[in-house]
Amino acid sequence: MIWNETVECMDRQRLRDLQSVRLKRVVERVYHNCEPYRKRMQEAGVSPSDINGIEDIAKLPFTSKQDLRDYYPYGLLSSPLSEIVRIHASSGTTGKPIVVGLTRNDLSVWSEVGARCLTAFGLGKNDTVQVAYGYGLFTGGLGAHAAVENIGGTVIPISSGNTQKQILMMRDLGAKALACTPSYAMYLAEAMEASGYPREDFQLRVGVFGAEPWTEEMRRTIEAKLNIKAYDIYGLTEIMGPGVGYECECQHGTHLNEDHFFPEIVDPETGEPLPEGSHGELVFTTLTKEGMPLIRFRTHDLTALHYEKCKCGRTLVRMDKIMGRCDDMLIIRGVNVFPSQIESVLCEAEEFEPHFFITVDRVNNTDTFEVKVEVKPEYYKDDMKGMLELKKSITHKIQNVIGIMPDVKLVEPRSIERSEGKVKRVLDKRVFKN
Amino acid sequence: MANDNMIVKQLSVFLENKTGRLNHVAEILGKEGINMTAFSVADNSDFGILRVIVHEPERAAKILRDHLFAVSLTDVICLKISNKAGSLSSVLSILEKEDIYIEYMYAFSEGDDANVVIRPDKFEECLAALKKNNIVMWNREQIV
Repeated sequence: MIWNETVECMDRQRLRDLQSVRLKRVVERVYHNCEPYRKRMQEAGVSPSDINGIEDIAKLPFTSKQDLRDYYPYGLLSSPLSEIVRIHASSGTTGKPIVVGLTRNDLSVWSEVGARCLTAFGLGKNDTVQVAYGYGLFTGGLGAHAAVENIGGTVIPISSGNTQKQILMMRDLGAKALACTPSYAMYLAEAMEASGYPREDFQLRVGVFGAEPWTEEMRRTIEAKLNIKAYDIYGLTEIMGPGVGYECECQHGTHLNEDHFFPEIVDPETGEPLPEGSHGELVFTTLTKEGMPLIRFRTHDLTALHYEKCKCGRTLVRMDKIMGRCDDMLIIRGVNVFPSQIESVLCEAEEFEPHFFITVDRVNNTDTFEVKVEVKPEYYKDDMKGMLELKKSITHKIQNVIGIMPDVKLVEPRSIERSEGKVKRVLDKRVFKN
Repeated sequence: MANDNMIVKQLSVFLENKTGRLNHVAEILGKEGINMTAFSVADNSDFGILRVIVHEPERAAKILRDHLFAVSLTDVICLKISNKAGSLSSVLSILEKEDIYIEYMYAFSEGDDANVVIRPDKFEECLAALKKNNIVMWNREQIV
């Protein structure tokens, strides 16, 4: 099903025309209403009159996450505070959080793009959706909430945590869809199994998962454990929480709502735009935002974009699964390591749980790289040789994928922390980090 | 399997190699009134396998699993031999002749008796050989 066929299946040339008009408008807006943007453009020698269409976008300077911290809280607003009706903030792990302000119109765009996502997942007015993303400053809860209301579905605004209650509500209210982070979905799946309620008691069919990168293997694991179809909903606080992109039934990449959020792929080192289909850093320009439009915002997400029309009929660009964030990436003994790579190895190895914890340290000028993993209870063996073989086999599998040898530690069942929100899976103890 | 009663179920518990883990198991079993008749730990630098002989292995396994431990039940044989020089060797010679390999064993002695828990590779052959040679074994009911 398609929510807004006019846009989602729009001829690509017409879409570019629309993007061009909108880009010109948003550039005018930030130039005239936002001091830092005006200054930045003047320094780069660009004025709004230089932007005649979407093809001129690369003339504009980038916006970084650091800019959002530097101009905390309201320095990057392009609307007066009287027009701002909602604040969201992202859980900054270092120092100040990032704050965004949304106007009434921004909220309406958000619920429009959210509705496109849920419709693509096969949800509609007859369906009940349990929103187990956190409600509050985090965009997940309220974003998904508005999307469900917009399609006319029934929303259970349970927020995150309180797993036993989640299971009870899901069962008693007959939730057809669950919206939460994929790691919480894994946690819930285990808790549902432990609850002893038979699967037939639940009407759950669809997972609306996002807010953290997840792998294809993790999708298969969740789908098998919960017996549902799991869809990716993509978003980021700075641009617009969940709804920036979504998977259709083909699950052949994540369609981006590019009539509102214009994506580019650039070289993460040099910032140069890369040719179609290349892997690189995703950059967004918000084409219609009023409260806090961002021009060429560098997401640090690494992916690639594909422009051929999708089998579902949509022409909106498709983004590959995010393979990691530049800032999630660990450099260990000179090798780039993404935690998601370890997750995919574990999901494929049938003897192991998908949970892990990485500890990186530096001892005698050499990086140590420890990975804690749990063997599934039924695969623990009585003999030492068998256990050591299990350990050796997973060590080799991880080494094959990332290129360096991990120090694998087998730990007791359920001793790795399960998260009820975004999961923390890395501890980097090296002191030279900035 | 023949000689059913002579097959003793041993608990094998996976433990991380850190302070307090063994005591945690001992505490749980203690609270439930389960006595450990014999036990041993095989270990390396990061984990160990605790092997325990108890009277009610199935109940003990369930209790430990409820506490999230990874527990399996393994068939072993408990021998009762005399506590004097040369008696272990005479039993092992029997098994050697039958080409039976012992994956692991542990033992304790008390007064005139020595008790040896063995985990052979060929279980039935091992039992048969021991019976043929009149080696005394514990049966399940004797474990308290």
